[in-house]
Amino acid sequence: MREFAYARPGSVAEAARTFAGGGEAAFIAGGHTLLPAMKSRLRMPDTLVDLGGIPGLAGIARDGDTLTIGALTTHATVATDAAVAAAIPGLASLAAGIGDPQVRNRGTLGGVIANNDPAADYPAAVLALDAVVTTSAGRHAADDYFQGMFTTALTDGEIVTGVTFKVPPASAYAKFRHPASRYAVVGIFVARFAAGVRVAVTGAGPGVFRWAEAEAALSADFSAAAVSGLTLDPADLNTDIHASAEYRGHLAGVMLGQAVTAARRPHR
Amino acid sequence: MQTRLTINGTSQTHDVAPATLLVELLRDDLGMTGTHIGCDTSQCGACNVLIDGVAMKSCTVLAVQAEGKAITTIEGLANGDTLHPMQAAFREHHGLQCGFCTPGMVIAGLEIVRRRGHDLSAEDIAHDLEGNLCRCTGYMNIIKAIQAGAKAMEAHNA
Ligand SMILES: Cc1cc2nc3c(=O)[nH]c(=O)nc-3n(C[C@H](O)[C@H](O)[C@H](O)COP(=O)(O)OP(=O)(O)OC[C@H]3O[C@@H](n4cnc5c(N)ncnc54)[C@H](O)[C@@H]3O)c2cc1C
Ligand code: FES
Ligand code: FES
Repeated sequence: MREFAYARPGSVAEAARTFAGGGEAAFIAGGHTLLPAMKSRLRMPDTLVDLGGIPGLAGIARDGDTLTIGALTTHATVATDAAVAAAIPGLASLAAGIGDPQVRNRGTLGGVIANNDPAADYPAAVLALDAVVTTSAGRHAADDYFQGMFTTALTDGEIVTGVTFKVPPASAYAKFRHPASRYAVVGIFVARFAAGVRVAVTGAGPGVFRWAEAEAALSADFSAAAVSGLTLDPADLNTDIHASAEYRGHLAGVMLGQAVTAARRPHR
Repeated sequence: MQTRLTINGTSQTHDVAPATLLVELLRDDLGMTGTHIGCDTSQCGACNVLIDGVAMKSCTVLAVQAEGKAITTIEGLANGDTLHPMQAAFREHHGLQCGFCTPGMVIAGLEIVRRRGHDLSAEDIAHDLEGNLCRCTGYMNIIKAIQAGAKAMEAHNA
C-alpha cells in the first residue's frame, strides 16, 4: 500500500473536520472493502480518518415500529442480536450470510451502505425495509439514497451514523451467493407491510432496485404462487463471468419465491 | 505512529507507519512468522489472529487500528512445550499436510468454540470454515481436528 496519514478522531464533528482538511481523504470503518482496494491500488487515499474511535456509532435500539442500527455495528453483532432476531429475522439472517465469520467480526453496516457495491447484501434490506439513513449532514430515505453502482446520496465527507429500519410483520432475504466471494449473484429482500409489499433486488443489476411487478402481485396475494414464473427483464441486468443477464433474470424469480416462502413461516 | 498493544500477553509499544498491516507488524517487524499470508484478497484466512479474543484477518486490519487491543497469534497458544488442546488435536487427527493454512485454521477453530461451544457438528464446522482455504484440501481431517480440539478444550478447561 502507498503511505498515508492516519487520524482517529473522537467525534463525528471532528471526523468531518479532519476529512475536510485531508487532501484526498477516506473514512475507514471495518476496512474490509477499503483495505483490499488499497492493496490493489484501486484506492490511494492520502489521509485515512478512522471512525473506529468514535463512541456511540455502534449499537442496536428497538423503538416501537422501528429498529435503529449504528453505522459501526458489525455484521456479527447484527446476526446474533436478540432485538434484531425478534424484530426483523430476515435482517439477522442476511447479516449471518455476509462473507465468512472473520469478515462478519470486522465489517460494518455503515461501510457496506456507504460503498454500495452492486452485489452487497445490506442495500436490499435498507431499500425493502423503507429505511432512513442517518448521516452527519441529515437523513436520506432509502428510495433516494441508492443511486446505482457504488453511488449514493452521500456527499464528499458525509458520514453515515446509522440506519433506521421499519419493522414489518413479515420479511425474509434469499440470496444465491457466489461460492467464492459470498457476495450475492442475486439477492432478494421481501418485506410485507400493512400498506403493501416492498421487494428489493441486489446483485442482479448495476445497483439495488425495487421490483414493481413483484410488489404489485405480492401486495394482492402474499404467496409464492402469486409470483411463480415471474422473471426480470435481462436487458437491465449484469452479465459477467459468474452469470449471464438471462440467468440472473431467471434466478431473481427463483430467489423471490424462496424469500416469500421464508417470510410466510411463523417467527421462531 | 506510536502504537501500544498487547501481543500474546506482553504489553508493548511500536513505532509503525500507518500503511503497515497488522500481519506485517507481526511478521516483518517482530519476526513472528507463525501468522501466514496466503492471498491478497482477504479470502484465505491464513492470517487469522484473535483481537480481544475474536478472530479477524490480520491482513485486513491496520497495525495502528490494534491500538489498545490484545492480540493472540498462533505463537501464543502453547504453554511452553505443551501444545494447546486445539493444536494437539490437529497433530493427533492429521489436520495438516503442508501446514501453510494451519495457523489460520487453529485460530478459526478457537473462534468456532467461542461462538458455538464445545459440542460441534461437522456441518457447523464446515459452515464456519468458509473463510479458510486449504490448498492441500485436507478439510475432512481439519473438521475432525476442530471437533476433537473443542472437546479437549472443555476437558482441559482451556
Ligand atoms: C472475503 C470477503 C467477503 C465478503 N463478502 C460479502 C458478502 O457476502 N456480502 C456483502 O454485502 N459484503 C461482503 N463483503 C464486504 C464486507 O461486508 C465489508 O465489511 C463491507 O463492504 C464494508 O464495510 P467496512 O466496515 O469493512 O467498510 P470499509 O472498508 O472501512 O469502508 C468501505 C467504504 O465505505 C466508506 N465508509 C465506511 N464507513 C463509513 C461511514 N460510516 N460513513 C461514510 N463512509 C463510510 C469508506 O470510506 C470506504 O469507501 C466481503 C468482504 C470480504 C473481505
Ligand atoms: S492473507 Fe489474510 S485472508 Fe488471505
Ligand atoms: S495443509 Fe497445506 S494448505 Fe492446508
